Amino acid sequence: MQLEVDITGKSFISAAGKPHQVLADIRFSLATGEVGVVVGPSGCGKSTMLRILAGLDPNYQGRVARPGRARLAMVFQEPRLLPWRSVEDNVRLAAPEADEARLTALFSLLELGAHREHYPGELSLGLARRVALARAFAIEPDFLILDEPLASLDDALAARLREEIAGLVGHRPMITLLVTHSLDDAVRLGDKLLLLSSRPARLLHTLPIAIPRAARDEQTIAAIKADITRLNLANSQGVSDAGGQRQ
Amino acid sequence: MLRLFSFALFLATWWVAALLAGSAKLPAPSIVFATMITEARSGALFLHLGATLARVVLAFTLAMSVGSAIGYLMGRSRLANRVGDPWLILLLNLPALVVIVLAYIWAGLTEAAAIAAIAINKLPTAVVTLREGTRALDPALDEMAQVFAFPRWRTFRHVLLPQLAPYIAAAARSGLSLVWKIVLVAELLGRPNGIGFEIGIAFQLFDIPLLLAYSLSFAAVVLVIEAVLVQPFELRVSRWRLRAA
Repeated sequence: MQLEVDITGKSFISAAGKPHQVLADIRFSLATGEVGVVVGPSGCGKSTMLRILAGLDPNYQGRVARPGRARLAMVFQEPRLLPWRSVEDNVRLAAPEADEARLTALFSLLELGAHREHYPGELSLGLARRVALARAFAIEPDFLILDEPLASLDDALAARLREEIAGLVGHRPMITLLVTHSLDDAVRLGDKLLLLSSRPARLLHTLPIAIPRAARDEQTIAAIKADITRLNLANSQGVSDAGGQRQ
Repeated sequence: MLRLFSFALFLATWWVAALLAGSAKLPAPSIVFATMITEARSGALFLHLGATLARVVLAFTLAMSVGSAIGYLMGRSRLANRVGDPWLILLLNLPALVVIVLAYIWAGLTEAAAIAAIAINKLPTAVVTLREGTRALDPALDEMAQVFAFPRWRTFRHVLLPQLAPYIAAAARSGLSLVWKIVLVAELLGRPNGIGFEIGIAFQLFDIPLLLAYSLSFAAVVLVIEAVLVQPFELRVSRWRLRAA
């Protein structure tokens, strides 16, 4: 199974009535088992692109071939849980086929076991994000989209959740697309880095990482990050966030 | 406890007022209760209460279901809103009496005419409330349901309905009080039974104990329905809000 993306343009009509272009030229493909990481400056149109890939926005120029009948799961930037359903019901409603054993395993992996009966309003943002992750993984997707799942979490929690995502992604073959601000997350999780320009977003570089995720030590990670920074310097309007700090 | 005190205060005020005004204008509570018991013994009270309640239930159900559907449509579709809005404003401002009289003239003094007239009076408020509720629906949750391929029924039951529930409860509550008031007018003008009909008889005979006996029994039924049905429903649909941190 393969995801083929060839977006040639996407514009919005602003409130003043003028069209303004958000996406310019983005072409890439991802195969099953690959983790693509989209890195780009804030506001460059990453979320717009994800909405197109998720099939939520049909108004764009170009072509997106999603794998036929692939089960799609998405972790949105905000958790988007149903406030009137418990944590467990939120997950079960999205994944009615998931059996009890699987849910228990998932809840314990994400340390949500104690919160099954809670309502989303009773959870902290970090917990709610984990529920959104549990919901996405519970349906055993073939195509997983993660839109900055680690944004606005403290570093320790983000690092832990990143490990959990890496584990879950490695657990079964699927196409994964992750959007992040953080180069650190990108280099630690991705198999293929997609570097976007500022608005209107173009694909500047596609950077495959050959070393398997588990084998990347701190030195390799630093080297890849340095590579990316160099690529960005060569391209002045590129990714500005080279330090890996979160926004 | 406080409610009981409030009720006792009401009875005491009534008693004092009756003493001051004289029983020709305002009979004491005991006389009214005696009339109530006589009417209940003969079965007339229950017959008329039953007839009125049946009309309320039918008209309320009709108006709520049709009104909610129209309101949802007008909230979702700009075209439906443009087409429906002038009608809505007309219906909202049409006096209940006009609708009832016209219904009786056009459809005869029938049960269907009475129920339709009551429902038409309640309909526009349900439409307006549900339209607001539909406009306030969260598109983010719609997208979530779409991405996770929720079937239609699951989206309706778990995503839409909980968001609309407070609006449905508000429409039900204001609608119920409207229906209570209008049903008596419809009965007074063109039905051979029901509380409104009995009040009409009492008015013609200047029988104040009879008038009060029927209206107070009716008020008691309204209070019970409010306490047993409406309030628990409201509490149930907002349960997750109360528990929220």
